[in-house]
Amino acid sequence: MDPLLQVRHLRVEFPSRRGALTAVDDVSFGIAPGEILGMVGESGAGKSMTGAAIIGLLEPPGRISGGEILLEGRRIDDLPQGELRKIRGRKIGAIFQDPLTSLNPLYRIGDQLTETILTHLEMSPVAARARAVRLLEEVGIPAASERLDHYPHQFSGGMRQRVVIALALAAEPRLIIADEPTTALDVSIQAQIIGLLKRLGHQHGTAVLLITHDMGVIAETSDRVAVMYAGRIVEIGPVADIIKRPRHPYTVGLMGAIPDMSRKVERLVQIEGAMPRLDAIPSGCAFHPRCPRAIARCRAERPELLAAGSSHAACWLAGEVVHV
Amino acid sequence: MIAFIIRRLIQSVFVMLAVGFIAFAMFNYVGDPIAIMVGQDTPVEQRVQLRQALGLDDPAPVRFLRFVGNAAEGKFGLSYRTTEPVANMIAARLPATLELSLVAALMALLLGIPMGVFAGLYPQHWLSRIMLTVSLVGVSLPTFLIGILLILVFSVLLGWLPSFGRGDVVRLGWWTTGLLTVSGWKAILMPAFTLGLFQMTLIMRLVRSEMLEVLRTDYIKFARARGLTNRAVYFGHALKNTLVPVITITGVQLGSIIAFAIITETVFSWPGMGLLFVQSVLFADVPVMSAYLVLIGFFFVVINLLVDLLYFVVDPRLRAQDTTGRGI
Amino acid sequence: MNGWVHRIRDSDLYWSFTRSKLVVVSAAITLLFFIGAFGAPLVAPHNPFDLASLELTDALKPPVWIDGGDAAFLLGTDDQGRDVLSTILYGSRISLVVGFLSVLFALVLGVGLGLVAGYAGGMVDALIMRLADVQLSFPAILIALLIDGITRSVIGQDRHSDIAVFVLIVSIGLSYWVHYARTVRGSVLVERTKEYVLAARVIGLPGPLIALRHVLPNVMGPVLVIATINLALAVITEATLSFLGVGVPPTEPSLGTLIRIGNNFLFSGEWWITLFPSAALAVLVLSVNLLGDWLRDALNPKLR
Repeated sequence: MDPLLQVRHLRVEFPSRRGALTAVDDVSFGIAPGEILGMVGESGAGKSMTGAAIIGLLEPPGRISGGEILLEGRRIDDLPQGELRKIRGRKIGAIFQDPLTSLNPLYRIGDQLTETILTHLEMSPVAARARAVRLLEEVGIPAASERLDHYPHQFSGGMRQRVVIALALAAEPRLIIADEPTTALDVSIQAQIIGLLKRLGHQHGTAVLLITHDMGVIAETSDRVAVMYAGRIVEIGPVADIIKRPRHPYTVGLMGAIPDMSRKVERLVQIEGAMPRLDAIPSGCAFHPRCPRAIARCRAERPELLAAGSSHAACWLAGEVVHV
Repeated sequence: MIAFIIRRLIQSVFVMLAVGFIAFAMFNYVGDPIAIMVGQDTPVEQRVQLRQALGLDDPAPVRFLRFVGNAAEGKFGLSYRTTEPVANMIAARLPATLELSLVAALMALLLGIPMGVFAGLYPQHWLSRIMLTVSLVGVSLPTFLIGILLILVFSVLLGWLPSFGRGDVVRLGWWTTGLLTVSGWKAILMPAFTLGLFQMTLIMRLVRSEMLEVLRTDYIKFARARGLTNRAVYFGHALKNTLVPVITITGVQLGSIIAFAIITETVFSWPGMGLLFVQSVLFADVPVMSAYLVLIGFFFVVINLLVDLLYFVVDPRLRAQDTTGRGI
Repeated sequence: MNGWVHRIRDSDLYWSFTRSKLVVVSAAITLLFFIGAFGAPLVAPHNPFDLASLELTDALKPPVWIDGGDAAFLLGTDDQGRDVLSTILYGSRISLVVGFLSVLFALVLGVGLGLVAGYAGGMVDALIMRLADVQLSFPAILIALLIDGITRSVIGQDRHSDIAVFVLIVSIGLSYWVHYARTVRGSVLVERTKEYVLAARVIGLPGPLIALRHVLPNVMGPVLVIATINLALAVITEATLSFLGVGVPPTEPSLGTLIRIGNNFLFSGEWWITLFPSAALAVLVLSVNLLGDWLRDALNPKLR
């Protein structure tokens, strides 16, 4: 099946006084229709930048300096703003972290919904309103037709995020980029929203790029996961594989840092050091200064994504099996 | 909502009473009205009689109530300088000041808001930079200086516009208006611009900075992510959110335009209340001063009240505080 | 709070210009101006306040480069025979002195009241804040005018002339104390709950001492920022009051007075009486604003 989204060798740069800083460095991956791809990594690893680049909302002076982004086989990274605008919302949707600030406080929910619907789909305002009601019901908001006339401040946090999801789905996009959709919510609400995203994804056949630093969320929802470090993908593959049999030492460290309820563990595993700053990225493999298994080649040459079992890992030692 | 209105009305009454009290204190305790009104050689008995006739020997609270009562009816006593009833003097000049203030306020809004929106949408544009420079001038130079400069250019050098007076005015009952004649408009143009310039630059800078901030918010980002048209994003969402805080600040400023008219009226010899007030200060004509104070206080209170109500209407979040509607 | 004080602080134009050579030029002009103004007795060719030295025959002379001009009066004379250039210098001095002193007065009064309000709390606090609120709704110029008028009425016109400058300082100062008071009170309320204050109270230090020695230094930063803005406003207010005729006495003219005199001669052709003082005032205000901006940037910890 042809991938819905294809990202090839994407580079995102920020010009700065000390030369260009690379926030996303030669990232390639694909998303199949209806698939949920998780993108996990620490803050600053480049996950949000990748998402922003795909939907064309990179904040200047950041810009795409290399690579291609293809949606349904067509390049979208070089489109003029007018064309890009038509794709946004209609083909690719996005939801952001904070539901409180994602909604305009001065407009009613219903108006915001119908506005989005009418921008992309041809229908009468009455039909648009009916559709808005259905959307609210789908995301699980009771008394939807009354709630249409409410303002954002009249909804609780979890409900607001549901509204945000409804807005993102309003024009039936094929792909949704969800940037930390649950981070600002209570833990109990998080589970509901995750479940909602998953269910809606399957029902509408919408693919999701789920960007988060929370491995637990990924484990619950995603089909595949890409692990990002210092602007690069260091490992990518089916979720179950990555969790049980991580190949890249960074991923090993990540999994080891998660407490395992089934075993008695004296100390949580910690990865020494910290992710490098954008202006101080090491040569070769970006992780090599912190890697317990680094060899000379790691410092000299940047590894590509090599096949390792059913996933790919950017490590010269990926062929060997590593136990958690 | 009703509770809010009632609360604000009560507040307003208190403020008016406070202002009235200060005016009363001025009126009654500053200087000796008798000494000023009558000549030097008036015998003592006559002065005592006059005092009693005017009720100046009554206890203070009685006099305060009388003052308030009179003020409510619009009676402010007699001017020390001209011995005319103060109320008449003010009434004759009120239309001039109000018209000037209104035109100035309109100018400030009609020029300031679009300029601010433009400068907010295109901050790097050369026009935006020019606007910022001009606005700096408007904010730092004294009003009277700007007025004089305008006179120098448009009256002395070019001879296009008159530098004093209201032009031909039309009487409509108690009101006189200069807005129905060409010469009236020519006369009001420079004073109104001078008076409104400060507010105009304030509004422009305010709208611009609000716009810049709003454009950085998440909901604008989300609106773009939903593929809304530029028009919808900028003039639907961004503009509305920009204008809400601008309303309150502008409203309060508009109140002070009426007071700032003092300066402009002096520069352009505009026959309004402000000029009257300056003359009354020069001659220590306390009744006029205190009447002016009360009137200005009244205008401020009314304008503040209207602005609060307007804010209430415009921002739905404020309305919710009064109802019990809560999110689920 | 009167929002416009905050808006003037949003001086991004200054920001973009302070990166250029314009800053150096402006600084030089400012310095020259201040030296000229404060050194007026040394620099000015005449003393326009010395009534005895004025000759009516010197009146209404044009600047030196126009026919009829006199080299002794470089920028011409006014209707009383005063040398415009000298009057500009002496007048600027008055403006600056009044400006600084009134700011000082407002600062001391406002900070004092703010400390009292914040520390005493209760009725005292409420009273002071209500007063502040009411006063804030009226523009400073109105308040200054009112105070001036009341003073005239109370002490009589003649005595008023004698102490006009003091009255001016007090009335301008009284118009501007509110911002200091509010800021200080706010800071006091915040600092009061901090640990170092609680510790001082535990040791047994009396309230006012804590307020002065511990709380005050923490509060002076924003106060100085307000003072820098206030200075420009005070100078403008003095000029305006003098222009209206209620400022400095006519025998000791400041820039505003000169401009007012010149206003009467605009149409009869003696433009120099208005133009030069106007230009001087504009430069003075802009310089004071620039000075304020530099001070503000220097005091702003975020920019260091």
